[in-house]
Amino acid sequence: MTSLTDIGALDDIPRQGARVVRTTAGCIAIFRTADDRVFALEDRCPHKGGPLSEGILHGDSVTCPLHAWVFDLNTGQALGADEGAVRRFAVRVEGGRILLDAGLMQRRSAA
Amino acid sequence: MKQKLVVIGAGMASGRMLEHLLDADPDGWDVTLFNAEPRGNYNRIMLSPVLSGEKSFDQIVTHDADWYTSRGIDCRFGETIVRIDRANRVVYSPRGGVPYDRLVIATGSAPFIIPVPGRDLPGVCTYRDLEDTNAMIAAAKPGAHAVVIGGGLLGLEAAAGMAARGAEVTVIHLIGHLMERQLDPAAGYLLQRDLEKKGIRVHCKGATKAILGKDRVEAVLLEDGTVYPADLVCMAVGIRPEVRLANDAHLEVARGIVVDDRMRTSDPAIFALGECVEHDRQLFGLVAPLYDQARVLAATLLGQDAAFRPVQTATKLKVTGVDLFSAGDFAEAPGREDIVFRDPGRGIYKRLVLEGDRLCGAVMYGDTADGNWFFGLIRDGTDISALRETLIFGPAFQGGATADPIAAVAALPPEAEICGCNGVCKGRIVQAVEGGATTLDAVRSLTKASASCGTCTGLVEQVMAATLGGAFTANANPPMCRCTDHTHDDVRRLIRTLGLKSIPAVMQELGWKTAGGCANCRPALNYYLLADWPLDYRDDRQSRFVNERNHANIQKDGTYSVVPRMWGGVTTPAELRAIADAADRYAVPMVKVTGGQRIDLLGVRKEDLPAIWSDLNAAGMVSGHAYSKGLRTVKTCVGSEFCRFGTQDSTGLGIRLEKLLWGSWTPAKVKLAVSGCPRNCAEATCKDVGVVCVDSGYQISVAGAAGMDVKETEALCTVATEDEVLETVAAFIQLYRENSRYLHRIYKWVAKVGLVWCKAQVVADPANRRALYDRFLLSQTVYQTDPWAEHAATPRDWAPMADLTLRAAE
Repeated sequence: MTSLTDIGALDDIPRQGARVVRTTAGCIAIFRTADDRVFALEDRCPHKGGPLSEGILHGDSVTCPLHAWVFDLNTGQALGADEGAVRRFAVRVEGGRILLDAGLMQRRSAA
Repeated sequence: MKQKLVVIGAGMASGRMLEHLLDADPDGWDVTLFNAEPRGNYNRIMLSPVLSGEKSFDQIVTHDADWYTSRGIDCRFGETIVRIDRANRVVYSPRGGVPYDRLVIATGSAPFIIPVPGRDLPGVCTYRDLEDTNAMIAAAKPGAHAVVIGGGLLGLEAAAGMAARGAEVTVIHLIGHLMERQLDPAAGYLLQRDLEKKGIRVHCKGATKAILGKDRVEAVLLEDGTVYPADLVCMAVGIRPEVRLANDAHLEVARGIVVDDRMRTSDPAIFALGECVEHDRQLFGLVAPLYDQARVLAATLLGQDAAFRPVQTATKLKVTGVDLFSAGDFAEAPGREDIVFRDPGRGIYKRLVLEGDRLCGAVMYGDTADGNWFFGLIRDGTDISALRETLIFGPAFQGGATADPIAAVAALPPEAEICGCNGVCKGRIVQAVEGGATTLDAVRSLTKASASCGTCTGLVEQVMAATLGGAFTANANPPMCRCTDHTHDDVRRLIRTLGLKSIPAVMQELGWKTAGGCANCRPALNYYLLADWPLDYRDDRQSRFVNERNHANIQKDGTYSVVPRMWGGVTTPAELRAIADAADRYAVPMVKVTGGQRIDLLGVRKEDLPAIWSDLNAAGMVSGHAYSKGLRTVKTCVGSEFCRFGTQDSTGLGIRLEKLLWGSWTPAKVKLAVSGCPRNCAEATCKDVGVVCVDSGYQISVAGAAGMDVKETEALCTVATEDEVLETVAAFIQLYRENSRYLHRIYKWVAKVGLVWCKAQVVADPANRRALYDRFLLSQTVYQTDPWAEHAATPRDWAPMADLTLRAAE
């Protein structure tokens, strides 16, 4: 079952920028692309735990601020020579509001 | 017995329908044709060439008086229908009733008028019919001011037409780029650039607040306060179906008059077509589907089976010298892929959007010759997987071998032009290479090929490679990043020579291979643009590395360090107390003295940054920029104020230097030091710029390093006064700001350009030094501000946007 949560307005995030949502099991990075699409990824690089929300967003990719790993926002997969992935979360925009499915994150913490 | 057919509206759709109907059945119908406009059918979409003066009205008339007479059509032009009596099947004009067996409503659309004050003033028009066109022709005298509200298809055609007649035209568009329904931002940028070349001013993101004027329009006021003078205002913000008659007759109307597949309304004797109808919840504004409707309706009236199936439509803009084409759906979406082709030299941009093995959208600018071929692929849903490799090159290329660019260049004839700026043909380059010019620089200085705008550099290199074979190694300077083939130096030069003032402009004009750049090129471009155009370009925060975006250094655990500025390394008990209080209040895990003579608060959480900055601001401190590619510190010794060896006031000079230079962005970090005597306690001779005081004045040396490389500074010059130190140092840093590639420290840059050149610019040429100094000061008027004060005002932006841990606890 999905539990969509209203986490804020699309305009709370700058274009080509990100904000985080805090959960009991860590932060989720919410990205807004130049053309107003929104992605939600675990805010923790599998390499050394860097906050992806602070990376530079380019096209559909984000570059980790600590050691420049690049992740595809569509898949959560690391691109190029690096191997690894971050978890993705369902997110959508309705009427200018961002709805996030953080259920999985919370259930894991409850377990 | 002939059937009585009444048609309301003599536009393009009903005109085409009558052609079909009367060609098929010339004797079956008594046609009465009403038109509110006092004339018959003309090709409305050709009003734009009439407006620009390229055609006369007579040339665009499609049905003249002879045409109507020879078909026995009773023309009631200038006569408006006011009522439909469905029960008795009669339509009424002010002159009386006309009975019908079949009625066709083709009332078209009405322009949308935005409800702003002043919309009713004389001089405000729309762009719909010949009257509007003539009003614009009358107003568009050379030197007159015209404002077009709406940067869509129609608005831009109106703007271009009036500009062609000599008027000064401004287009105001609500959205961020022109024709957003047909074009993506890149093509919108090219379009805007070409329109601006025609002298049309374009104001995007402009919302009209009011139309100003006493007895007639005088100006247009925007929400952002901009005022544009206007002798004429054309509103072209959209159209809506003209449905009033149908509404009054109680036909089913949604946004348009609802029709079925056979163009029949909710009354079986009444049909509708054109821009006034709604079919399957869709409205129609382009001519192709309207002509389809005309064909279907004629068949329906003839009792034949036909069904209207709307197909994809393509758009072309009819502005002379502007070539654009768009078809299908080109919005980015998951599962869609782009094929992009850019040729900046010729201003060409093509983008194909693929969904699986099908083409679903195409946007083309500059070269639209293949547009109809792509349109066919979209419309037919053709499987393009076999064509994919060469799809973007169009139909001419299909079936050809895979292109080898060198082979293609080798095949060019000697007279083929390679460098458009300098008119250099291939033969001239080959001749130069065979004469011994084996490097790009040599070819460039000998032939001038690629020496101006530089966009043909790749081509020149290919000519060289084809001529030299394996002996040629292209480009000892690697490209900036994988998004481009240009080097940093080329990009800097091109930004200046082409006058590029935004990141999208650079990416388009220089043929970027990615849509939004990467984490390497974006910060570099942002720096180059702000350094070259301090007044025109606005810093793009999202193109900055985290430390500069957040004005604090990120640590390995995601916390930040905060370093307030201590001018020249001098502090006060009050500042120290404020720092100690802040460290306590925000539970700062570590307080450390830095190598640059100030204090670092390490381990601050991001959401606490605005508050801690606010506290430090309140104690009179500003950001130390310990995180920036910019001025960091000016380290000093105590100098003549206290030291028994000091020759000058090194501390005071250091503070003056820091107050002059702080806030400036540079290609890489810049650290200074001022020592009060040659004992050099401030270690000035391993800094980017060092000053050592002596009895007779100040020795300025540059290009030291004490990091990955260790290097002593080299003497730039010796000057007599503090004021000369300030001017020389600022001018030298400005020279560095204007010429170095991003991330090169001063010592790397000086190694490349040579200290001799720097001295010639800054020491030997006082006028140039002064000019550099003035440009530095100009930039400082924009950038010498405390970022902490700015961001402390919006603490919400620094906190998580939502906290679901609280929710879980409830």
